[in-house]
Amino acid sequence: MSALNADELRRDAFRERLALFGLTLPALVLVTITMILPIAWLFSLSLLADDGSISLENYRRLVEQPSYGRIFATTFEISAAATAICVLLGYPLAYLLSQLSPRVANLLMIGVLLPFWTSILVRTYAWLVLLQRHGLVNTWGIELGLWDEPLPLVYNPGGTLLGMVHIMLPFLILPLYGSMRAIDRNYLKAAANLGAGPIRAFWQVFFPLSLPGLLAGSTIVFILCLGFYITPAMLGGGKVIMVANRVANDVELFFNWGAASALGVVLLVATMIVLAVASRLTPLGRIFGGHGP
Amino acid sequence: MSWLGRSATETQIPHRSRLWLYLITGLVLAFLVLPTLVVIPMSFSASQYLEFPPREWSFRWYESYFQSDKWMQATATSLKAASLTALLATPLGTMAAYGLFQSRLRFTSLAMPLLLTPIITPVVLVGIGVFYAYVRLKLVNTLVGIVLAHSMLALPLVVLVVTSALKSYDMNQETAARSLGASRLRAFLLVTLPQIRFAIMTAAVLSFLTSFDEVVIALFVSGGDNSTLTRNMFNALRDQIDPTIAAISTVMILVSSLLLALSQILGRERR
Repeated sequence: MSALNADELRRDAFRERLALFGLTLPALVLVTITMILPIAWLFSLSLLADDGSISLENYRRLVEQPSYGRIFATTFEISAAATAICVLLGYPLAYLLSQLSPRVANLLMIGVLLPFWTSILVRTYAWLVLLQRHGLVNTWGIELGLWDEPLPLVYNPGGTLLGMVHIMLPFLILPLYGSMRAIDRNYLKAAANLGAGPIRAFWQVFFPLSLPGLLAGSTIVFILCLGFYITPAMLGGGKVIMVANRVANDVELFFNWGAASALGVVLLVATMIVLAVASRLTPLGRIFGGHGP
Repeated sequence: MSWLGRSATETQIPHRSRLWLYLITGLVLAFLVLPTLVVIPMSFSASQYLEFPPREWSFRWYESYFQSDKWMQATATSLKAASLTALLATPLGTMAAYGLFQSRLRFTSLAMPLLLTPIITPVVLVGIGVFYAYVRLKLVNTLVGIVLAHSMLALPLVVLVVTSALKSYDMNQETAARSLGASRLRAFLLVTLPQIRFAIMTAAVLSFLTSFDEVVIALFVSGGDNSTLTRNMFNALRDQIDPTIAAISTVMILVSSLLLALSQILGRERR
């Protein structure tokens, strides 16, 4: 009798869990319809040759045409450079903020959150206004006598990189700051107590403890950079072509869905590989945890 | 200036020896905030060139924004899309977060990454994929199409924000309510929901902004009468630097700042 009841209870509990899982279904259906299926569709398109037969022609072209190799090289170089600059600028800021009282830190954090909440389009437009030929920076530079002719500050890789760093910096700072706040300060006191100078205490105690947050932040920055479209399109002036720009061009200008799909699939796979490597070093929850305020 | 000699950290570094750190932090904060704000005074220029500071002030670019049918229609589309996105993504994401948090089945560990994939998938890929699908579903250039795609983008943010709120909430309270005879729905609505409502409101604000600021998907699937504001801005920027964009940008900065302030106030009440 009691065995029967235990069985019944277990089945009942399972049914309830299943019902709870059912609450997830509308969200899963939405993601499936608007993302999983379309991307699966693109994947199948990438396997079709121009005459409609199944082939790897689109991928063969990716390997054989040197222009695609250059686009991938540009994408990885710019993404790596943007991530490195974000680390150099973001680490000191997160470090200092994590040491201030929460009240002061929250106040200064508004300076990080305000750009984070402002449209990427608006922020990129502001850089265009600042850096163009007769923009603010060139006008001031010439008025102050720093240079004579307007400098080409935008529509080149440098301008694109600057814009991307500006967009991505909050994505690095937020998870990094969160993880630094969680570091127990007593470890530093202990290090000082044991005779470590401030520099040694930082490098041997604080820095290693901040690495998971740093890794999470740089991973999300690098991944978002890999797929970046708007800023290279606006600040690159057609000279900085990253993978995402080429995907859009292949569809919009050349109506070459096969090439665009193959390129997109490779980009997605590259993103997944970066994520997989990072998730071996730090829990994925950390990477996503820093998203949003 | 005696504070300069006082120690600033657990490792007894005086403020004096880390002035460089304060300097870098100040410069980085200035780099983050100031470039965007430059647009605001420029939008009040009377000239058709962008000047800083403007030699003559006027509202002509605001007039050109608010009196243009094309811009007003695009603004209306964006506001409609963003509101509907918040209305769709918030309940869907909250249900999903609650379901995943409570059911603890083996395959739920697979559902979570699936719901988070929109964050890491290159948005241009989603854009062309959705366009390809919408052509067949006859959803191109429709409000429904934009709202569905934007809700998918906002979903992971809602799931993350609500899940983190559920983690810091004591679920025993709901169990207690149910042991006293409340149904699960009633217990959720009367006990759990009021305690995570700030997280849900934050999630709604984030969903609204996600849609309102989105460009790439809108470039592919919105158009005609249903062009969004960001799509029109992006296309206008390709041709020339129209100061009307500065006026629109100023309005958008204002909207973001207000929403950020709102979320900060919500956050303070939570504490």
